[in-house]
Amino acid sequence: MADTKYSWPASHQAQLIGKRVDRLDGLVKSTGAAKYTYDLNLDKQLIVRALGCPFAHCRVVSVDTSEAEKVPGVVVVHLINAPKEDGPVEIQAQGTLIAAVAAETEAAAAEACAKLKVAYEELDVFVDDHDLAAAEAAKRTKAAGGGIELDEALGEPGDDDDESEWEDKMIQRLLVESKYVVEGRYGIDAITHCCLEPHGSTLQWEGNKLKVHLSTQNVSQCDDGFAAALGITADEVDVHCDYIGGGFGSKFQPNYWGIAAAEIAKKAGRPVKFMLTREQELQIAGNRPSGYIDVKLGADENGVVKVWDSHHWGTSGFNGSTVSVGTVPYVYKPKNIRRRATGVVTNNEPSVAWRAPNHPQACLLTQTAYDDLAAKMQADSFDIFLRNLENIDTPEKASVYAEEMRIAAELIQWRKYWHPHGKGHKRGSVVDGLGIGIHKWGGTANTSSCLLRIHPDGGVESYCGTQDLGTGTRTVCAMVVAETLGLPVDAVKVNIGSSTYPFSGASGGSTTVGAVSESHRRAAQDAIAQIFEKVAAKLDVPADQLEAIGGKIQAKGYGDKAMPWKQACSLIGIRPLEVTSNYQRGTASPLSNEGVAGVQMAHVAVDTDTGEVKIKRMVAVQDIGLIINRKTAESQVYGAMIMSIAAAIFEQRINDPKTGAFLNSELDAYRLPRLGDTGELVVHFHEPESERSRGVIGLGEPPAISGIAAISNAVCNATGVRVPTVPMTPKRVLDALRAAKANA
Amino acid sequence: MNNFEYAQPQTIPEAIELLATADNNAVVLAGGTDVIGLMKRFVVNPDRVVNIAEIPELQRITTDDTGNTWIGAAVHLDQVLDSRSMNAFPAIKQTIQGISSIQLQCQGTLVGELLRRPNCWYFRNGHGLLADSGRMVVHGDNRFHAILGNRGAAKFVNPSRLAPALISLGAKVRIAGPTADDERIIDLEALYRTPRSDREMENVLEPGQLVTHVMVPRDAGHLSAAYEVRHGEGPDAPLAAAAVSMSVVRGVVRGAKVVLGQVAPTPWIAAGAANAMLGLPLSEELAARAGMESTAGAMPLSQNEYKIQLAQVAVKRAILRAAGLDTGDIPSCMASAELI
Amino acid sequence: MSEPTTDQFSRRAFFKGSGAVAAATMVSSEVAGQDVAASPNATRLIKGMTLKVNGKQYTIENVEARTTLLDVLRLRLNLTGAKPVSMDGSSGASTVLIDGRPAMASTTLAASVVGKEITTIEGLPANDAVPHAFVADDAQQCGFCTPGFVMAVRAFLNRHPEATDEQLRSGLNGNICRCGTYANIIRAAVSIVKGEQNG
Ligand code: FES
Repeated sequence: MADTKYSWPASHQAQLIGKRVDRLDGLVKSTGAAKYTYDLNLDKQLIVRALGCPFAHCRVVSVDTSEAEKVPGVVVVHLINAPKEDGPVEIQAQGTLIAAVAAETEAAAAEACAKLKVAYEELDVFVDDHDLAAAEAAKRTKAAGGGIELDEALGEPGDDDDESEWEDKMIQRLLVESKYVVEGRYGIDAITHCCLEPHGSTLQWEGNKLKVHLSTQNVSQCDDGFAAALGITADEVDVHCDYIGGGFGSKFQPNYWGIAAAEIAKKAGRPVKFMLTREQELQIAGNRPSGYIDVKLGADENGVVKVWDSHHWGTSGFNGSTVSVGTVPYVYKPKNIRRRATGVVTNNEPSVAWRAPNHPQACLLTQTAYDDLAAKMQADSFDIFLRNLENIDTPEKASVYAEEMRIAAELIQWRKYWHPHGKGHKRGSVVDGLGIGIHKWGGTANTSSCLLRIHPDGGVESYCGTQDLGTGTRTVCAMVVAETLGLPVDAVKVNIGSSTYPFSGASGGSTTVGAVSESHRRAAQDAIAQIFEKVAAKLDVPADQLEAIGGKIQAKGYGDKAMPWKQACSLIGIRPLEVTSNYQRGTASPLSNEGVAGVQMAHVAVDTDTGEVKIKRMVAVQDIGLIINRKTAESQVYGAMIMSIAAAIFEQRINDPKTGAFLNSELDAYRLPRLGDTGELVVHFHEPESERSRGVIGLGEPPAISGIAAISNAVCNATGVRVPTVPMTPKRVLDALRAAKANA
Repeated sequence: MNNFEYAQPQTIPEAIELLATADNNAVVLAGGTDVIGLMKRFVVNPDRVVNIAEIPELQRITTDDTGNTWIGAAVHLDQVLDSRSMNAFPAIKQTIQGISSIQLQCQGTLVGELLRRPNCWYFRNGHGLLADSGRMVVHGDNRFHAILGNRGAAKFVNPSRLAPALISLGAKVRIAGPTADDERIIDLEALYRTPRSDREMENVLEPGQLVTHVMVPRDAGHLSAAYEVRHGEGPDAPLAAAAVSMSVVRGVVRGAKVVLGQVAPTPWIAAGAANAMLGLPLSEELAARAGMESTAGAMPLSQNEYKIQLAQVAVKRAILRAAGLDTGDIPSCMASAELI
Repeated sequence: MSEPTTDQFSRRAFFKGSGAVAAATMVSSEVAGQDVAASPNATRLIKGMTLKVNGKQYTIENVEARTTLLDVLRLRLNLTGAKPVSMDGSSGASTVLIDGRPAMASTTLAASVVGKEITTIEGLPANDAVPHAFVADDAQQCGFCTPGFVMAVRAFLNRHPEATDEQLRSGLNGNICRCGTYANIIRAAVSIVKGEQNG
């Protein structure tokens, strides 16, 4: 209904919104009943395994399938990256799939893959992403943008000046005039998504129709992906995903192995299950670009940064991109900046989106340098981070940051535990320290449609082509509808995870809770308005004076003029009331918004004899507008903090310098934090009415950003030494301590 | 993995027979926590798998009348941890606790842990135990590789976490086979060797042989402890480790055995470290000096020099821990900021 | 070696609450007399393998010797709670109980557990406290690691019914969660301990 005024209930009126609600699919998951793509067993299905290329850079000259075909149980051998008439195929990343085998058992498929005889011609390999000079020497670099912004007060170059020379002179002059100058090199290694459910599908053809169970965070659009690749139309493809075992930005596409699965199923005339192996998952199914920076910054006597001059590089794989130049410096934006980025072309699979693309790296590359300024001044990092809020790229957020910093400092007991960098109390060989990081994110709501069906018997069901990545999307949908209709949360039957449902955008960039809150609130408000119309006549109360609450429709404030929900629904008629409402991304709306700040602080202990870093406590203070489900929202933040711990201390892709091989692509060597590694985590939502009234804003990315910088800064505060690159492994911590000693 | 013949003998002679008739291509299965993964990765490709887990004789921990404890090859780590007979050996208990994975503790066996194959990523990624006569390691990423005993082709480190503790306590192993009558009892350290060629393994077992028991000698009133430097909690490989067993009379060290783990292709007996302590009063300085001595002769590769310090610290802390002194490290599994 | 004396294990606490298990004995191996068990003869294919899973006997035709318990559970019995995550059990996602003891189904051969009581997550009693505590404390996100974690927590609490926060942190490191649910898993486990203490 066009004249419906969409809005959220005030906090004192909300029955469900903002409360702690158990996730609806919680017990299904925790009892093992939830069926993920990997778990679906279709009648007569074949298991597919693929052979990944052992070399990081080579040509595939020939593939001999004869031995593989002889393995008992093998049904189809399918070539993926094999030479065609036009010659050999170039492979630029280890693990790239060469061929796949469908067999009656997984073991037979794996054995047959091992028996594929492939002739390779090895080519030169380069993987040394942190070494810019080596990359340049190997001609493995690509300019990735840059620019300069100078304070207008500096004037303009004269007519005779060469513009770039003049700019360079200005930057140099600003640095010379600075009271404090910090020059540093910082870095963050590439990591992989490492979804615990690997990428893959279980699928079958029904005539010309393809039914795909896909482990995807993009149910509504992967049908197009399959259709385009297979030469059919999207209506002939149904994509389903009830549960997904992790995506983190890597599962938006069918991927070429998904297409291969469909082709194999067609050849075999049987359903297939084609999931990547753990090794392949790490090698080819998603990684985050590395970033390394040379930076010089100059600050005044108060520690306010006046000039920033940086060059950063890194690799996104063989497409040779790096952390987006526009994100550096991060949040902080001095009046004078010069920045440049260079992509390094390495023999790795190209990166894909990872939770808050570019931000975690940019944050680390920037805010370590800011913290080194505090160290240099022997000033309190808190004060330096606070003072520099006068120059940030979202000036309207300065007061939010300041308030969040104050709250975080209280929660981590900053005043009690802080000491100047490297000057803390030492117990045995252990020192502790505090660090801070701040971040930003958009989090706008994605496009989403919801079909809401209310039955004359009072039953309620919703349909939406979204998916639940583990963020609790299902529960959010139910809470929003239930709140609007005045029902308990389990009264709403939520249907998501199918491309046959109304379109809803991909779950990426913290857009999903906003999206489904928009579409479900709109649909429910539109529907209840129609029911109000019918009830109004019966109760003799104007429709706009009715409210739905506690399982009844009632006159606002008059409990005696009321009609139970079921009775109200019986007024609908004999057919169910069906309402489809949608929200278009980018439309201004009272229900959702974008743009958040956020602060994280870490308290760490460092063993200076062994280089071990342990988290004692970590605090996240986050504004997210209106919270729908407090319980799952908190879980999101905990998870993001643990991922920050992972990137700060543990995980990294390790390439063999000679062969380029991804050496630690199994979980025994790809180090992730375990339960005992995470210390005490504290989550605080900053939600004054000024934030709540903005509506829903996405939460997935922001808390996954600044924790890494905060931990690095805490280690520096503890030891007085910067460990330049994360993850801060024991080796790196010891190397940094030793180098500092040598320099002293 | 390739298919194989599976056998589940009920007696040791049956097991030996099955191993000895397998044309040099059999593996012993007990807990499976290592070998099954290696088979899936086609690193180990046996034609016969002999599961010894159901041999009653191997499922027991027994104490003989001289007070030595015999732990069968099918005994799980948690059973060793729980066994009263192990109460006198903190080094063993601490190490099993340090694995801190209830699955691995309950599924893995002690003997299996001692015979775990190296974690070297070149080996596990299919390049062989020596990885091109050590060249791949030397020119590659060797951050976790050997700093001691690494002059030959073997650059991997022995992965066992229990071996240092057991060797320091003077443990022996009983080896049966290749015929039913063959039985040998050797020092645990003699089980390991540094392979010189691709035909050799990292232990001395011949085809048809089986480690049936580990023997931990009777408690001689020694102090013992183990210390592992880890990158995070859990079952993943430590970076360096040490175990010590020593007799201390009125504060003076009268005898000691110091063994390093994760630093050499075999568990590494640091005789110099032990000698450095003899006759001297135990102190933090002495422990530190023993640590320094423990890595004498170390030859770091391009990326693993830091392991020298880690090994030294592990020795120092193992000694301090054995003596009941403060190791001065971070309490593991900290849950609160107050804990420091 | 003289006449051995058997060390007594305290296994009672271990089995307490684990549901399916009666009294499996350590020293006398209790192996059913099927194709693989009693005879030392080697076999490549088990024609009819009988497994006791969650209290039910299943006979599975033609099981190759190399087949893991995880593959049998997931692909032959359609019990998909245990998950395939790592080749070598590093993630603990395939944790099941075998005669009441936790083990990774991914590194266990099916043939080796013939005659044993296998308990998968599907076999936990409906009122088992662990899955419910995981819901109440939201100890799961994507949930793919969750069944393995639930089984590990179950096994850990069977063994340490009074486990403290610190014991949990130093004992439950056999599982990996990528989504980062550890904080709430500890909460869930602690809440069970407290609940049992109260009740
Ligand atoms: S909840 Fe996703 S891996 Fe643990």
